[in-house]
Amino acid sequence: MATKNKSTIKPLRLGAGWKYAPAPESSASAQIQHQYELFIDGKWQPPKKGAYLESINPATEKKLYRAAVATEQDVDKAVAAAQKGFDKYWKKMSGKDRGKYIFRIARLMQEQARELSVMETLDGGKPIRESRDIDIPLACNHFFYYAGWADKLEYALPNRTAKPLGVAAQITPWNFPLLMAAWKLAPALATGNTVVLKPAETTSLTTLKLASIIQEADLPPGVVNILTGAGETGSALVRHPNINKIAFTGSTAVGKWIQQETAASTKKLTLELGGKAANIVFSDAPIDQAVEGVVNGIFFNQGHVCCAGSRLYVQESIASVFIQKLKDRMATLLVGDPMDKNTDIGAINSAAQLDKINQYIRLGKKEGAHHYESDARLPQKGFFCRPTLFTKVAQSSRLAQEEIFGPVLAILTFRTEDEVIEKANNTPYGLSAGVWTDKGSRIFNMSRRLKAGVVWANAYNLFDPASPFGGYKESGYGREGGWHGLYPYLTF
Amino acid sequence: MSSIKPIRPALYSPSLLTAPPVDQTGVEERAARFTKRSIKGDSKMQGLLLTLSMIDLTTLEGKDTTGKVEQLCYKALHLHDAFEGLPTVAAICVYPSQVRTAKNALGGSAVKVASVATAFPAGQSSRSIKLSETRFAVEEGADEIDMVISRGAFLAGEYAFVFDEIAAIKEVCGQARLKVILETGELGSLDEVRKASQLAIAAGADFIKTSTGKIQPAATLPVTLVMLETIRDHYYKTGNRVGMKPAGGISTSKLALHYLVMLNETLGPDWMHPHWFRFGASSLANNVLMQIAKEKEGCYQAPHYFSVD
Repeated sequence: MATKNKSTIKPLRLGAGWKYAPAPESSASAQIQHQYELFIDGKWQPPKKGAYLESINPATEKKLYRAAVATEQDVDKAVAAAQKGFDKYWKKMSGKDRGKYIFRIARLMQEQARELSVMETLDGGKPIRESRDIDIPLACNHFFYYAGWADKLEYALPNRTAKPLGVAAQITPWNFPLLMAAWKLAPALATGNTVVLKPAETTSLTTLKLASIIQEADLPPGVVNILTGAGETGSALVRHPNINKIAFTGSTAVGKWIQQETAASTKKLTLELGGKAANIVFSDAPIDQAVEGVVNGIFFNQGHVCCAGSRLYVQESIASVFIQKLKDRMATLLVGDPMDKNTDIGAINSAAQLDKINQYIRLGKKEGAHHYESDARLPQKGFFCRPTLFTKVAQSSRLAQEEIFGPVLAILTFRTEDEVIEKANNTPYGLSAGVWTDKGSRIFNMSRRLKAGVVWANAYNLFDPASPFGGYKESGYGREGGWHGLYPYLTF
Repeated sequence: MSSIKPIRPALYSPSLLTAPPVDQTGVEERAARFTKRSIKGDSKMQGLLLTLSMIDLTTLEGKDTTGKVEQLCYKALHLHDAFEGLPTVAAICVYPSQVRTAKNALGGSAVKVASVATAFPAGQSSRSIKLSETRFAVEEGADEIDMVISRGAFLAGEYAFVFDEIAAIKEVCGQARLKVILETGELGSLDEVRKASQLAIAAGADFIKTSTGKIQPAATLPVTLVMLETIRDHYYKTGNRVGMKPAGGISTSKLALHYLVMLNETLGPDWMHPHWFRFGASSLANNVLMQIAKEKEGCYQAPHYFSVD
C-alpha cells in the first residue's frame, strides 16, 4: 500500500455529514412561576423593600421569572428563623429522625428530577443532557448519601461528642445551582445545623424549587431558609452577627473578601473558589481516551467549572497528533439550544460572562498564541461561544495563568515529568488536576507531587458524594463531600 | 540442549510498537455517549436507509442449501417491495460452497457476494488449506473474502505468523476485497483488539471485522470504536482508507443507528457508505424495515408483514 504524501491527506470533515434532527426536550414539565418570594420560616414571604430581579433564559434572552431581592431586614428575619428552627426543633431531634427528613427530600427530588432538569437548563443554559444525566442525579445522591450519615456521627467520629454549630450561611454559584445547593445543604442538615442559603442571582430557579420540595417534605419551619438576591444580599448574610458558619462557593475575589470580613469573628469558614487546572497527557497515555477526557475537562458545562481542565500539558513527542485529534473531536461538538438532547455545549450563563470570555480570547490572540475554534454555527439569539483552543501558549501568558471560566483551552507542551509537575504547580490555584498515562507508578508519583485537591488519573470531572472535594492555595479550603464534608459543620 | 529460537524480526515491526494503550473505561464512556444522540425524523429515515444499504445479509449454517441461499438473494434485491425506493443490501455473505449459487441468483446486480474462508470460524487449519479454500471461493466468483485470523497464534505472540498469513491470503484474493475477522470476543482486551487491528491493516486488510458471529460477545460499540480509531490513525499516517464491519449481535435498528452515529463522529461522512462500512447481520434488515414502516405510516406493523428468509 502506497503511503500518500502527508500534505495530500484530506481532513476527515467530521461534523460535515449526517445531521441529527432537533430533539428538544419539552419545557411543559416545568411549572415556572412568574414571581418568587423569599422562603423564610417555612413560608413564602415577600421581601421587606419589595424589590425583584428579573432572570432570563441565556439561550433565548427571554425573561423567565422574577425573584425577590432580600435586604438586610430579610436576612435578619431569616437568620432569626434559622436560630429558632435550630433551638426549637433541629438540635433536639435525633439523628435518625433528621435522616428521615433528608431521605424524604432526596426521594422527592428524584421524583421531580425531570422538572428540575428542565428548570436548570432553562435558567442556566447548560445542555439538558448534562442536567438530566449529571447535575440532578448527583444532587439527589448527595442528599441520599448524607441522610445516611445523620444517625451515624458517633461512628464516624468515635470517642468524641460532635455538636452542630448552629446557623450556617451558604452561598452558591451559578454554574451548578442545584448541585451546589445539595453539596451545602445535605451535610449541614445531617449534622444538625440550620441553614440560610443564597443562590446566585442569575440561577435561582432550581433552588427555589428545592424550597418547595423542602416544604413538601414537611421540614420543621426555619430549618432551611432560601434568600434570593445579588451581592448585597450575600454580604448582608456574611456580615450577620448570629451566623456560626459560612460556606461559600464562587470567585476567589469574593472569597478573599469573605475571609477578611470574618477575620475577627468566630464564624467557621469553608471556601471553594477558582481554579486553573492542569490536565497532563504523557506520550504513553491512551491517546483517544485522553482526547475525550480533555474535551470533557474543558467543555463540560461550557467550561463553567471551577475544576475545569483549562491548561492542557501535552508531552511534546505526541503534541501534533494530539492537537489534530482534539480539533477533530471539537468538530463533532454540537453547540446550540440547551434543551435539545443532542446539544453538547449550551449557552454561556450570562452576557457578562460571555463578554469576559471574549475578552480573554482577544487577549490570547494579542499575546501571540495560535487561536482555533470549531466552525459550529451559533444561534442568532442568546449567549454562545464556540469551543476554542489556543496552542503555542507561554507559561508566562495571562491565558495560562488566569481563570477564564469558559470553553477555552490553553495548550502548553512539556518534555519531562519533573518539568510538568513544576509547571502544573506554578499557579495560585490548586483545585484539581488530571494525569493521563498508562504507567501506574507515574500516577502515584504525580498525584503525590501535584498540589491539587483532586487528581484524576485517566479520567476527568468525575464526582461522587462519597469523595471529598476542595482546594489548595487560592482555590480555597475545607472539604465538601464524603466523610470529610461533615467536619466543617461540627464542633467538639 | 535445546537451541535458542531466533527472534522474528517482524515481532518488532514498527506498526506494533506504536500501538497506543487503550483505556477500557474511557472507551466505554465514549461509546455510551453515541447512544445519547437522539435520531428522529428525516435524519432517522436517512440513517435507516443507509443501514439497509450497508447490510451483509448473512447465512452461515451447516444446513444452508441452494434453496435457502436463493431465497436470501431474492431478499437482498427486494427487501420489501411494498415500499418504493428502498436500496438493496450491500452483499450476501455465505460459505464458499454457496458462492456460485449466490452469484447466479444475484445476476448482474450491484449486490456483492462475500464468502467466509480460511477454515471459518475457528481458523484451525493449515496455511495451504486456508489458501486453497480462499482460491476456491474467489474462483467461484466471490467479490469479497471474510477471513479469520489465527487467534491462537496471535495470543501466543506469533505476530509475524498472523501477519504473513493475512498477507498470503490477500495475495490469493486478487481483485476480491479482503475482510479480516479479528474475533474480538476471543482476544480478551481492547489492547489486543487495537494490536490485532493494526496488524491486519498493515498486512493488507481492506476491511477489518469484529466477529464471526459464532462467539459471544460478538460486535459491541466499544470494540468497534477501538477499531474505527485504528482506521483513523492509519488514514492520518498514510491517507489510505480501510473499511469496518461489525458483525454479530446487531439486530435492532436503534443499535444500528448508534453504530452510524459512532461512524459519523469518528471517521466522518467519507466512510458513511457501503463501500467502507458494513453490518454483518441476519435479522437486522426486518427490524429496520419495521422502523421504516413506522416512519412512513405512523404506527408499528406486526412482524408477519415482513418476510422471514
